[in-house]
Amino acid sequence: MSAPDRPRRRRGASVRSAPYGFLAPTAVLFLLFFALPIGYALYLSVRKVQIKGLGLGPDGREEVWAGLANYRGALTDSELLDGALRVLGYGAIVVPVMLGLALFFALLLDDEQVRGRRFGRLTIFLPYAVPGVIAALLWGFLYLPSVSPVTDALETLGLPAPDFLTGPALYGSLANIAIWGGTGFNMIVIYTALRALPVEVREAARLDGCTPLQTALRVKIPMVLPSLVLTFFFSIIATLQVFNEPTTLRPLTNNLSTTWSPLMKVYQDAFTGGDIHSAAATAVVIALVTLVLSFGFLRLATARTRREENAR
Amino acid sequence: MSATTSAAPTPRATNAPGRPRRVALLPTAALLLGALYCLLPVAWVVVAATKSGDELFSTFTFAPGGGLLENVSDLHGYRDGIYWKWMANSALYAGVGALLSCAVSALAGYALAIYRFPGRESVFNVLLAGVLMPPVILAVPQYLLLAEADLTDSRLAVLLPVLLSPYGIYLARIYAAASVPADVVEAARMDGSGEWRIFRSIAVPMMRPGLVTIFLFQFVAIWNNFLLPYIMLSDDEKFPLTLGLFTLLNQGSNTPALYTLVITGALLAVLPLIALFLVIQRFWSLDLLSGAVKS
Repeated sequence: MSAPDRPRRRRGASVRSAPYGFLAPTAVLFLLFFALPIGYALYLSVRKVQIKGLGLGPDGREEVWAGLANYRGALTDSELLDGALRVLGYGAIVVPVMLGLALFFALLLDDEQVRGRRFGRLTIFLPYAVPGVIAALLWGFLYLPSVSPVTDALETLGLPAPDFLTGPALYGSLANIAIWGGTGFNMIVIYTALRALPVEVREAARLDGCTPLQTALRVKIPMVLPSLVLTFFFSIIATLQVFNEPTTLRPLTNNLSTTWSPLMKVYQDAFTGGDIHSAAATAVVIALVTLVLSFGFLRLATARTRREENAR
Repeated sequence: MSATTSAAPTPRATNAPGRPRRVALLPTAALLLGALYCLLPVAWVVVAATKSGDELFSTFTFAPGGGLLENVSDLHGYRDGIYWKWMANSALYAGVGALLSCAVSALAGYALAIYRFPGRESVFNVLLAGVLMPPVILAVPQYLLLAEADLTDSRLAVLLPVLLSPYGIYLARIYAAASVPADVVEAARMDGSGEWRIFRSIAVPMMRPGLVTIFLFQFVAIWNNFLLPYIMLSDDEKFPLTLGLFTLLNQGSNTPALYTLVITGALLAVLPLIALFLVIQRFWSLDLLSGAVKS
């Protein structure tokens, strides 16, 4: 390598400044596409458009300070609250079922007596490569009575077929799309944690005469708790932000409003209703709820793991 | 496809003495059932793409039709082959976006893992908080700001906001910490290599499997992205596949003839990524996606 006798002082300075250089692209992108938009959203959320006189001409509309009026509007908006409740109901299906399945399949993959593990791992992960919009589109067609194999089968048996796109069934249908798409990724995260368990632990469980089921319940699940916490956390965030699947299903059913989920409501307000200011306030409220939930949950989770570690 | 793991010995022949290898039937069946569930919509779209418009709603779900070539040529002919433009756009956004994003993540992750400097932990925490921001709270003001710069409805509007990936940086930090030993960096410094040179010719090759993972993760994320192009773009010549197929589906509620195009388009959109994963998993481990590094 060249210049072996470069002055030491200069090298020390370059070592000190190097990390900032490496982080510069990240900093620029963060400022332009994270910090600035968030600041702008906050600014917009405390402004409103006031109409002067007849509201005609370029001077007819003026942007003025609105205080917390937009937030009051958002928090008392029954459409938004209904949307939040719908997403809560949807999340109550998606999160436990998806993570339950992910854990179940991860445990199966970790069990040497199960055959076809490589095939199963690849196939269950496969939906990860399918865009959410296309997943919703495929399932959407499979929900149509004239296409659905379930409807076909039930009719052959002379039984009444459910309509997948109305009433409570709609929640299940939407949840199914998210479960189908998300189980594989979470399974890989949990499976990776399982494989990292020390061999001695497995040996000890086997020598103690644990059946595979007992080993799973008493040894493996408690030991991969941190990765379960992580997947739970990310699933909750993704659920709160549901947008693509209901938006894609809308052309196939009349039962999904344009404001079905809170994010759809933000989009609707901003781009169809043209009310940027209340859209910004709603977006800030959603972000705050997400942050409070996530940090609250993280605190709870870390406190719990610490307590358990201390108890050991 | 071979369903046996390479590590698993063939039953009976190479069993460890005294410990017969049992096959757990019920769990195996459960795993296969899960695999079947995951294959169901993919299998359906393969079959449905062969059906003509009439057959789609009249024949049995998994009964193949005879119109695959006709459907593909219809899709090819639809608005002068705009479908292929969508696919090229998706490849462009995902390819270029993932490459640049991977470079940005590698730089940042390396800096956070190797150097001790004031503000290191706060930088990392601020970035992680970025993961929690709902995309819409960012996308709406991003749209308005890009409109100020006259950049909405341009390819840059879809590319620029995805370059910063907090998860990518998080992964890059883990990979750098695990694969670039501090004494190697120190030795290179003693030899008089500059910091940039150390990164480029020593750290990047060591981090390569991790960087491939970040590239793939970002490629899939951008390829699957819908919200950002949905908000930013109005000219359908610039649409990626997800947005193009969505608008096609939307028009389909008035003209059901478009449904066969949507389904054929969905099949052709899903195939490249599935093929990518099948090829790549031979020399790349899925486990890397969750930040697992062999020690």
